[in-house]
Amino acid sequence: MHVHDHAVHGALLDWLPLTLIVLFTITYLGAAYNQRHNALGWSAWRSIFFTLGSLLLAIAVAPPLMAWAHHDLLGHMALHLLIGMLAPLAWVLAAPITLLLRTLPQAGGRRVAALLRSRFVRFVSHPVSALVLNIGGMYVLYLTPLYSASLHNQALHYWIHMHFLVAGYLFCWAILAEPDVSPHRLSLRFRLGVLLASIATHSLLGKLMYGYGWPRGTGHSVEEVQAAAQLMYYGGDLAEVLLAVVLLTLWLRKPVERREGMLHGDATA
Amino acid sequence: MANDPISSSVDTKRSLWAAVLLGIGVMAAVDEIVFHQLLQWHHFFDFGTPTFGIISDGLLHAFELLAIVTGVFMLLDLSQRKRLTIPWAKAGFFLGMGGFQLFDGLINHKILRLHQIRYGVDPLLYDVVWNGAAIVLLLVGIWFYRRAKRLGYR
Repeated sequence: MHVHDHAVHGALLDWLPLTLIVLFTITYLGAAYNQRHNALGWSAWRSIFFTLGSLLLAIAVAPPLMAWAHHDLLGHMALHLLIGMLAPLAWVLAAPITLLLRTLPQAGGRRVAALLRSRFVRFVSHPVSALVLNIGGMYVLYLTPLYSASLHNQALHYWIHMHFLVAGYLFCWAILAEPDVSPHRLSLRFRLGVLLASIATHSLLGKLMYGYGWPRGTGHSVEEVQAAAQLMYYGGDLAEVLLAVVLLTLWLRKPVERREGMLHGDATA
Repeated sequence: MANDPISSSVDTKRSLWAAVLLGIGVMAAVDEIVFHQLLQWHHFFDFGTPTFGIISDGLLHAFELLAIVTGVFMLLDLSQRKRLTIPWAKAGFFLGMGGFQLFDGLINHKILRLHQIRYGVDPLLYDVVWNGAAIVLLLVGIWFYRRAKRLGYR
């Protein structure tokens, strides 16, 4: 009887992330639809990007895929790529904070704006701290017994995937600094430099995992660990090159006379 | 646009350097696709690589990836601003390719010992061909560089 109860609860909990994603998406699309009378309008592309991000995330957290990723390290890496890089990138391009600021009544908007200026948000949304949270988190996860512990602990498992999503989102937001509002005005050169450090540390982690057989204690064979490490290496390359392409495309869409200033981080940029 | 001071002259220096980045990135991509993936001569990880080599490899890899992306976008930017000069870009492209190939052949393969060109054979002939190719590319780059200078875009 108890076993059965647990199974039902467990199954319900498994569907929670998917339910939240659907709710977020409906809220976003509803708010975007309400902007149709706004003189500034709301680009359909942003709604498309949000839906795309939600779809990628929904694929990653769907219980059958989660179950596969639980047993297969390659599956885990594929989901990690979706949750930590591709879905957040699409969501950042949808500018959800800008939409929130436009949708909320004045008092609520002011509170969100104050939150954006707060020391905490300024800190975690800085490219360097976002890099440490993002890649640093991966070093801690894969080069310690944390990963094998997460296979047996449901709460830890959820927390780690939440960390992938939040840290990945912060990183994409910090590097792009647009089209969503950003608390920082950092030069394009600086942000490209942080991206360089991110690719370097990420690929180093892939090599360390391949060479020294991390994560350990999972029961996976050396070949599986090496295949997963290679997927992480090349998948990470793909995601980070995509981020660089998006960053520079946004730059190239700026009027010619503003580009030089953005490159060096002049106040007007 | 004719009165625009920005577009009144070409940017030789940036044309050269943007193309150098592109050349480095293209050569690194050829190396990755042909020797790592297609021929599988290079190894993803060589257990004989010293720690310093493994760490610097991450940084080099990141630089190669960003070089190709930034190179392309810098050239696009120059072209949109009508400041791109093709003779200088050609010189930069070949100098970048040759420079990277020589760097890869001497520093990566020999000093950092990241991997050999091919395993299970005497690498000498492979090293000679590899670095010879690098020198040919560099010579082509130098020829284009002198030509660009002669053409007088200064």
